[in-house]
Amino acid sequence: MSEVKDGEPALANGPRASANGQRHGQDPVLVVSGLTVLVRGEDGPRAVVEDLSFSLSRGETLAIAGESGSGKSMTSLAIMGLLPKPGARIGGGSIRLGDRDIAGLSEGRMKAVRGRRIAMIFQEPMTSLNPVLSIGRQLTEAILAHEAIGRSEARRRAIAALRAVRIPDAEGRLKQYPHELSGGMRQRVMIAMAIALKPDVLIADEPTTALDVTVQGEVLELLRDLQRDLGTAVILITHDMGVVAEMADRVVVMKEGRAVETGEVGQLFDAPQADYTRDLLAAVPRIGEGRGRMETRALESRAAPPLVQINDLCVRFPIRSGFLSRVRANVHAVEGVSFEIAAGETLSLVGESGCGKSTTAKALAGLVDYSGDIILEGTNMAGRTSEERKAQRRKVQMIFQDPFASLDPRMTVGDLVAEPMVIHGTARREERWARVAGLFDRVGLSADQMARYPHEFSGGQRQRICIARALALRPRLIIADESVSALDVSVQARVLGLLRELQAEFGIAYLFISHDMAVVENVSDRIAVMYLGQIVEMGTRDQIFGDPQHPYTKRLIAAVPRPDPHARRRAFERAASEIPSPVRMIGDPPNRLELHDLGDGHLVASRA
Amino acid sequence: MVVYIARRLVQAVLILLGVSVITFALLYMLPADPVRQIAGRSATAQTVENIRRELGLDQPFLVQYGRYLLGILHGDLGRSYLQRTEVSSLIAARLPASLLLMAGAIVCELILGLTMGLFAALKRGTATDQALMVGSFIGVSAPQFVVGLLLLYLFAVRLGWFPIGGYGTFAHLVLPSITLGILGAGWYSRMMRSSMVDVMRQDFIRTARAKGLARSTILFRHALPNAILPVIAMIGIDIGLFMSGIVVVESVFGWPGIGQLAWQAIQRVDIPIIMGVTLVSACAIVLGNLLADLVSPLIDPRIKLQ
Repeated sequence: MSEVKDGEPALANGPRASANGQRHGQDPVLVVSGLTVLVRGEDGPRAVVEDLSFSLSRGETLAIAGESGSGKSMTSLAIMGLLPKPGARIGGGSIRLGDRDIAGLSEGRMKAVRGRRIAMIFQEPMTSLNPVLSIGRQLTEAILAHEAIGRSEARRRAIAALRAVRIPDAEGRLKQYPHELSGGMRQRVMIAMAIALKPDVLIADEPTTALDVTVQGEVLELLRDLQRDLGTAVILITHDMGVVAEMADRVVVMKEGRAVETGEVGQLFDAPQADYTRDLLAAVPRIGEGRGRMETRALESRAAPPLVQINDLCVRFPIRSGFLSRVRANVHAVEGVSFEIAAGETLSLVGESGCGKSTTAKALAGLVDYSGDIILEGTNMAGRTSEERKAQRRKVQMIFQDPFASLDPRMTVGDLVAEPMVIHGTARREERWARVAGLFDRVGLSADQMARYPHEFSGGQRQRICIARALALRPRLIIADESVSALDVSVQARVLGLLRELQAEFGIAYLFISHDMAVVENVSDRIAVMYLGQIVEMGTRDQIFGDPQHPYTKRLIAAVPRPDPHARRRAFERAASEIPSPVRMIGDPPNRLELHDLGDGHLVASRA
Repeated sequence: MVVYIARRLVQAVLILLGVSVITFALLYMLPADPVRQIAGRSATAQTVENIRRELGLDQPFLVQYGRYLLGILHGDLGRSYLQRTEVSSLIAARLPASLLLMAGAIVCELILGLTMGLFAALKRGTATDQALMVGSFIGVSAPQFVVGLLLLYLFAVRLGWFPIGGYGTFAHLVLPSITLGILGAGWYSRMMRSSMVDVMRQDFIRTARAKGLARSTILFRHALPNAILPVIAMIGIDIGLFMSGIVVVESVFGWPGIGQLAWQAIQRVDIPIIMGVTLVSACAIVLGNLLADLVSPLIDPRIKLQ
């Protein structure tokens, strides 16, 4: 059973290994048995968690994995007694913490358990802290709520907790407000708040899903170190099998409210028993495995003019201040970016939040003002009349990240797909409907669903509708901005498959924007890595993943959790500092990076 | 901060200029002739002409407005046509009473509105919630003179708890303040309710609960400051609503403020007073908004004044 950690020296992992050894010891910290959570539905109560049982020992990490709607978050809320009221309630079973059943505890009694015995961190660090209270206040109040100590003692403990989560200048942070911290820093504050009272159980609900991949690596490592030092038992709720492989001792795989499989992490990944687990693992995109991976197409058409050529693209957002609102500084969102996309090619833009990848896409789609040249099929968009630009832009369509927010809820999906044709006047009414029906059919929906409204569809279906809408004008280039990031892996795999088929069929080029390196590795012909508004490395998929040159590219690739428990990283290389600000005063432009060709079009920025 | 206030004050001057032009033009186009009002029915055409010339009302619009503007720049709001007194001293004499009434109304709005809204939000979907919201709806829709007369009849005439009208003691202040405040209380309670319901759904409230905080701490320290922000912005706008309200309320209760002054002036087409009261109200609205904007960053650290 300790094979789980082979490849890691036992000594380095001493306390944890021994905790694992006692995994099935006499006194588990938390025992959940037969838990059922009911949610009020239109036709009576519906079970979102059904007959779920598991136990958790000291120092152990149990991952609850599953796709959206599997009931994993409901389970964690049930344990915390935080089920949304009214509507959801515990319908049966017990949750034993030590020798007490906390399933039916009153709000008043539960209050003493929350934070003190069981703490929780949530997915959204950006919204999980109160914006109007200082970090110090939010930390100390958590401590003071449970311990009869003075303010100065609480403050001292708060600082110690911030140090424990490796926040630089812990004392200075107490005075700061959440909006002054980055997402990664906020999640650290959340963790500090959760561990300040050394709880027995820490529930981490998708703790790194909203974070950039390099930050995710650091936060996961932090959780692991803290657990080792404090012996806390951790319930890790996640949809990401990479994170499961990286973190968990044991895994519960949930589907539709039921546990379909429970087991040691090594066994589960090596020899999954349930069909669902097998499917889930198969759908996970992996770097360099070749599964579902396309051949990099030889770009024989290099000689032909590229579909899109972007030269020295700059996008700046002015910051105004003073009596007359003069521009004092600029946000240099995109700074001198140049690249080409050939017809039928997939170019991926990768990088972390704020690196300018989405802004580049918006400039290309004509949604923000820019300087530099965007040449679409030989026509420079700059210096054209708006009519000419509109005609050109028909060739460029976008698919956005959130399939729920990008469809107008008051329009039927048929109208939504037909709308681009109406706007551009490209088809008559009868023709339009025939085309929409054809598009629906093409993206895997049936034409008789055209009269329905967006809310009647699932996330994956909605993304198909968005794809159909993008296809309506027969574009040459589709910009897919994090288009599969919000989807479950199994749905994601199918949508990526559809995008691939469409490319083969219509010769569409994609500008694929993603933070998920594994997905990027699976879909791209070429990749451009962006950092702070500039491209630091660009090349074919094999050049970037096989032979990354720039340190930032290496960091990005190394940060991706591998869905393989036998290949755990020992320690993740920590960033020396946070990514610097892209805000520059007037007259102080950022250094332009120069790209050097290492051969075969593999461009790398020289180190400044 | 200083820069911000300076810029807002410059904007305020522009706003006041705009208000003065529009009001002046509207009064100029009025079919009622102020000179007729002054001269009386029996005056000869000659007398009327004399008065008209004396007041400068025979001049074209731009000359009239130019003179008025020049006066304002010297701090002179002109003289009342009928009372022949300085408009500025008339307003100065009555302004304190109106400000007192407005202050009373704001207190009443906040106490009534915020508590009603808070309760409704916490009891969302219950009969209490429904009752409170029906109450607020009545508050919003009931005409102020009806509310005023009802309160007068009930609490002054029947029960005798408060004086029937007039000015001087705290007891005099109560009924007019409630009458003036009830409209705002209705609005605030609705705003507070939806704002509070929204805040209680936020992630940070869930975090606060997960920390094991007491319910009262969650409500008053975490939810309330967030929920109250939109209401504060509303108070600034509200001072404008008050201005129309005090004309009615002061008349009903015989309250000697600028609302009554304005009411009398409108009846007699006493243009300088109407202009003066309008400008003072505009000032109050501008300052009220500025004040609301200055208070907001004290509650929400994300708001930076620029």
